[in-house]
Amino acid sequence: MANEVCFKNLHLDKPWTLETYQSTGGYEVWKKILKEKKPADEIINELKASGLRGRGGAGFPTGLKWSFMPRNAPGDKYIVCNSDEGEPGTFKDRDILRYNPHALIEGMMIAGYTIGAKAGFNYIRGEFWEPYERFEAAIHEARAAGLLGDNILGSGVSFDLHTHLGGGAYICGEETALLESIEGKKGQPRFKPPFPASYGLFGKPTTINNTETLASIPLILQNGGKWFLEIGIPNNGGAKLFSVSGHVNKPGNYEIPMGTPFAELLEMAGGMRNGNKLKAVIPGGSSTPMLPGDVMMDVNMDYDSIAKAGSMLGAGSVIVMDETTCIVKALARISYFYYEESCGQCTPCREGTGWLSRVVNRIENGQGRPEDIDLLLNVSKKIEGRTICGLGDAAAMPVSGAIKHFRDEFQYHVDHKKCMVSAAQS
Amino acid sequence: MVNIQINGKMLEVENGAMVIEAADEAGIKIPRFCYHKNLSIAANCRMCLVDVEKAAKPLPACATPVTEGMIIHTQSPKAIAAQKSVMEFLLINHPLDCPICDQGGECELQDVAMGYGDDVSRYSEKKRVVANKNLGPLINTDMTRCIHCTRCVRFGEEIAGIKELGMTGRGEHAEIGTYVAKTVSSELSGNVIDLCPVGALTSKPFRYSARAWELRQFDSIAPHDCLGSNIHVHTRQDKVMRVVPKDNEAINETWLSDRDRFSYEGLNSEERLQSPMVKYNGEWQETDWDTALIAAVDGLKNIVASAGADNIGMLMSPSATLEEMFLSQKLMRALGCHNIDHRLRQQDFRDQDNAPVFPWLGQSIENLEQVDAALLIGSNLRKDQPIAGHRIRKAAIADAKIMFINPVDYEFLFPVAEKIITDPRQMGKELGAVAKALIEVAGVTAPEGLKALLENVVPTEQHKLIASNLSNANNATIILGLSAHTNPDFSTLRALASLVAEMANCTIGYLTDGANSSGGWLTGAIPHRTHQQEKVSSKNLNALEMLRSGLKAFVLQGIEPEKDCADHALALNAMEQAEFVVALSMYKSESLLSEANVLLPVSPFTETSGTFVNVEGCWQSFNAVVEPLGDSRPAWKVWRVLGNLFNVDDFDYLSSDEVRDEVHSFAGSVTADNKIAWKIPNALQNNVDGVVRIVDTSIYSIDPIVRRAPSLQQTADARIPAIHIGEELATRIGLMDADQALVRQGNGQVTLPVIIDDRLPKDSVLIPPCEMGETYLGYESSVVELEKI
Repeated sequence: MANEVCFKNLHLDKPWTLETYQSTGGYEVWKKILKEKKPADEIINELKASGLRGRGGAGFPTGLKWSFMPRNAPGDKYIVCNSDEGEPGTFKDRDILRYNPHALIEGMMIAGYTIGAKAGFNYIRGEFWEPYERFEAAIHEARAAGLLGDNILGSGVSFDLHTHLGGGAYICGEETALLESIEGKKGQPRFKPPFPASYGLFGKPTTINNTETLASIPLILQNGGKWFLEIGIPNNGGAKLFSVSGHVNKPGNYEIPMGTPFAELLEMAGGMRNGNKLKAVIPGGSSTPMLPGDVMMDVNMDYDSIAKAGSMLGAGSVIVMDETTCIVKALARISYFYYEESCGQCTPCREGTGWLSRVVNRIENGQGRPEDIDLLLNVSKKIEGRTICGLGDAAAMPVSGAIKHFRDEFQYHVDHKKCMVSAAQS
Repeated sequence: MVNIQINGKMLEVENGAMVIEAADEAGIKIPRFCYHKNLSIAANCRMCLVDVEKAAKPLPACATPVTEGMIIHTQSPKAIAAQKSVMEFLLINHPLDCPICDQGGECELQDVAMGYGDDVSRYSEKKRVVANKNLGPLINTDMTRCIHCTRCVRFGEEIAGIKELGMTGRGEHAEIGTYVAKTVSSELSGNVIDLCPVGALTSKPFRYSARAWELRQFDSIAPHDCLGSNIHVHTRQDKVMRVVPKDNEAINETWLSDRDRFSYEGLNSEERLQSPMVKYNGEWQETDWDTALIAAVDGLKNIVASAGADNIGMLMSPSATLEEMFLSQKLMRALGCHNIDHRLRQQDFRDQDNAPVFPWLGQSIENLEQVDAALLIGSNLRKDQPIAGHRIRKAAIADAKIMFINPVDYEFLFPVAEKIITDPRQMGKELGAVAKALIEVAGVTAPEGLKALLENVVPTEQHKLIASNLSNANNATIILGLSAHTNPDFSTLRALASLVAEMANCTIGYLTDGANSSGGWLTGAIPHRTHQQEKVSSKNLNALEMLRSGLKAFVLQGIEPEKDCADHALALNAMEQAEFVVALSMYKSESLLSEANVLLPVSPFTETSGTFVNVEGCWQSFNAVVEPLGDSRPAWKVWRVLGNLFNVDDFDYLSSDEVRDEVHSFAGSVTADNKIAWKIPNALQNNVDGVVRIVDTSIYSIDPIVRRAPSLQQTADARIPAIHIGEELATRIGLMDADQALVRQGNGQVTLPVIIDDRLPKDSVLIPPCEMGETYLGYESSVVELEKI
C-alpha cells in the first residue's frame, strides 16, 4: 500500500512528462471541471470529505482553508504554492516537482478555479535548480497543450502560472514571508491578522498551500474524498510522503498511508544502519521535538498519534538517529541553523536564537556551566509563543525536546566537559 | 463601538481600534518600542504583549484589534512574564552604558527597563557591535544601540516619502542603514531622532552638549514658515540647547521640519548683536540704549523735518511678531509715514486694494490631507512648508490628484497627477488656459478684465484635464505658493486662480512667506490699509516702491535687505543711498554694518513674548524662554519706548499681552475671504524677451536665523552659489557642466559655476540667492545675460 497519490506514476518511464501523466488519467479532472463548470462548493466539500490536511507542516484542513476565500468578491485573487521546502530533513516536495510536476499544475489550476484566482505562483526553493527546470518544462508542456493560459479548452476559464525561484532563505517558507519575497521585498513574515485570505499577495486575497497538498488534489477529485480518507485513518486522511533520513540503510521518500506504524516505515527504509540501536527520532523536521527511539517504536505516523507522544508530524521529515549520536551535538547543529536563519525582525527570535545557539555550543565544547541547562529551558520558553511567526517556536522546541528526553547527556557534558557517547564508545 | 475590559476597567472603544489605542485612551500604560501612533504597525518589538482571555498566547496590544467582550490583562503574571522576557532579550545585546549614552535620561529603553528589566544580565557572551553610519550633518548614529524597532524605517517610507533607511542583513546581524552608503536628505529627517527609542539616532548638533535632566522645557512656536509648528524649546542655564516638536494634531501632528528643529543654532551665533551701536562719522561705537534710541529718534526727526515723514520707509520681517508689527506701524503712521511693508519678496502689487483682509490658506491645515484634488501654483511645497508638504503627500497617497504649475520641476515624494513646468513669464498663460478650459465647458463668457488675457490662450488636453480634475473633485483646492507671490504677475495669477476656483467650485488659498504674514495684514503692516482696514489715501509705498524711490531713511526690523527683498541689488543700493538707516536686528552682519547708522539689538522668538497668526488664521502666543542675550531687548519694547520718545499717544503698553489684546479687539473676529473681484490689468506685465532668472530662495536661506544655523548649512538643501541651466539653453550658449560663467542682471554681475539642471524650463536659469560675496543680483523673472568665461 505505498505510492498511491503523489508518487502514483513513479514506476513509469519519464513520469514527469505530460504524456505519461495523461496516460494515467492526468488532467481529466481539470477537463471535467471546465466542461461541467463544477460549482466551487462541490470541490470544497469533496476536499473536506477527504480529510486532507496541509502537508507543509501545520496540518490545517485544506477544504476549510479554501472556504475562507472570498471567491466571489471582485478583484484579483491568487493561489500560491509553497515549494520552498527549507526545513532540515524535508525533501519530499523536491521529488514531486521532479517526478510529478503535472499533478501540481493540475492541482493549482483546480485550486485557482475554486477560489476564483486567475493566476498562481509556485515559489520554489532557491537551491532547487533541477526541480525548477522540470517544473518550468511542465508548465510549457501544459501551456502548449492548451491546458493552461487564456480561455482554456474554450471554456472561458483563464489561468496562468508563474514560477518564482527563491533566494535561499529558510524564512521564505513561512507563508507571509514567501509572499513578501514574491513581491520583491525582503523575506520577512507579516504580522497576522490580516491573514492571506483577506490580505495576501500584492494585498489581494490569497490561498497558500504546500506542494504535496496541491499535488494530491487531482486524484482526490478523481477518486472521491472518501477514497482518500480511507487510505488513512479518521481525522488523518490519505497517504503522506515521509522523508526518511539519518542512520537508516535506505534513506529516501516513502509515500505511505497515514497511521502506518513507525516501525513499518523504518523497515521500508531498510532498518537501522549497521544494525545499530535506535536512539532518537525527530519525526517532523528539525523544528519538532525529538522523541526517544523506544517511544517512537510505539507511534503511528499520523498527526494525532505523534502529537500524543509529545511531538509533531510536521512535514513528515523523519530524522533517525542511532546510538552513536551525541544529542548535544545534534542540538548544537539545529540551534545554529535557526540562529542563522532568523530574519531578525522581532526581538525574542532575533536575540534569543543566538543566545540558545551559543549556550548549546558552549556545553558541546566542554565549557558548559551548571546553570546552563536550566538557562536553555528558560530562554527557549521565553521565545516560545511570543514571536511574529513560527520560527521562534521552531528554534525553541528542539531545545526543550532534547533536554526533556536526554537531560542526562547534557548534564554529563557539563559535569565532565566531554561527550557521554564518545566516552562510552572509547 | 465595542465594549472591552482592560485590567477590570470597562471601556467603550471604537470598532477596529487596537488594544494599545484603547489602553492609551484610558490612561493604562503598556510598554512599547515599535508602536507609534502616526506610523504603521510593525508588531516587531513584542514589548506590548498582553494577556487576552481565551487567547492561548500573549498578544501584541499594538496589533490586536478590539472585539466585543474582550477581556485584557496588562499586568497579569502571563503578561508580565512576556514583557519581562522581551526586555531581557532587548538588553542582551544592548550596551549597558547609559551614563555615556547621549540618550541617557530620556531613553525609552532605559525607562521601560526600570520596570521590566533585571538588575544583572544573564548573558555572558560577546555583545553585538554594529558599525556606525554617516547620515549627514543632522543625525548622529550609534548603531550598536539599535533595537530594530524600525520606526525610522517606517518614518522614511510613510511620512518623509524617502526610503533611505532600511534593515539589511538577517537575524542577529540585521542592521539599520542606508542600502548604499549615503546621507539622509529629507526636510523632515530630524524626526527620526525623536522616533528612535534608544540612543542609536541622536541629534548631531546637540550631541553631548547637555543631559536631558539638566534641561528646562518651554512651549513655543516655530518662526520659519506660515504654519506655526508647535515646539518645545529646551534650555540650560539660559541658553537654548535644542528644539523638539510639541504634539498638535491640527498643525504639525508629532512632526517638525528640520528647519524648525535645527535653526536654533542660529540663535547662539557669534554674529548676534549684543549691544546698541551708533555710527559716528563712519565709526561704529557700542553704546547704551538711551544713547542709541536718542540717536535713532533724532536721525528720523531730522529726516521728517528736512524731507518729510513720507521719505521714510519701514521694512518689516514677515516673521516679526504681531505685537511688533502692530506697534511699529502705529508709530510710523503717527509720524505721518505710511511706507510700511512686510511683503518683501513680492514684486506685483497691482491688485492689493482687492486683496483679502489677510491672504489665508482657505481651509484648515488638516484639510490639506483630505483634498481629492489640488492645483498648486508656484510652490516648492516640500521645501517651502515641509509640514504642509507632508499633509498634501498624505492626500496624494490616498489617490488625490495633486497638480502643479511651477517654474522648476521640483521633486515631490508622492505621485503628481499633472504638472506644467514653465518659465515664470508663462505661468499666467498656463493658468489662464486652465481657466479657459473651465469657461468653455461651462459655456459662459470670461469675466470683464480677463477677456483680453484669455482671448489668445488655447487650452491643451492637459489644461482640460487639470480643469476637470478640479471640477470633478468633492474637496478640491487651488493654492498660490511662495514663487507665485514673487512672480511679476502675481495679481494676474491671483485673479486667474480665483476664477478657476469659482468655476471649478473649489477653495482658494495661499501659502505665504514668513511666520506671520497673516499678522502683517491684520495689524496694518502694509502700506495701503490701516489695522482697521481703512484705505490709506496719502502716499503709501509698497516694499518694492520704497527701494525704487530713493527714500532718505529706512527703518528695518529683522531683515537683511540684500537677502530678504525681491531685488537684492536694488535693496542694497537703496540702503547705501539712504541718509539714515535704523535697523532693529538680531545680528550685526557686514552689510548692516555698512548700510545702517543705528543698530538696535532685538530678541529672536526665544527671548521675547509674542504672537504669530498662522496661515489658517490661528493665533498662537508664546513666551520668552531665555533672557535676552547681552543688552538685546524684545522688539515690542523697543517700539514701545520709541513711541514714547516720539510722544505718540496711547503708547504705554506694559506687556505684549496688552498689545495682543488690543489687536485682538479689532482683528480677532475678522473672517478671511479669499474671493476677489476681477479688477486686474488686461495684460501680463512681464513680457520681456530673453533669458530670465528664477530665484527660488532655498529652504535654508529664507531668513536671518536659518542662514546662521551651521548644521543646516551643511545639508544638501543649502545651496552652493551656481547657475542652474537646462541642457538646451546651455548648448545654445555654449556652456557645459562645471564651466564658469559670468552672469549679469541689472547692475549686478558675478561669476559662478554652471550646473546643468534638467528641472528647468527653456529660457530660464535658476540662480538662488546664496552668498556671493559683495555682489548681488536682481529679482525673480527679470532678464539675465550669461557669458562663458
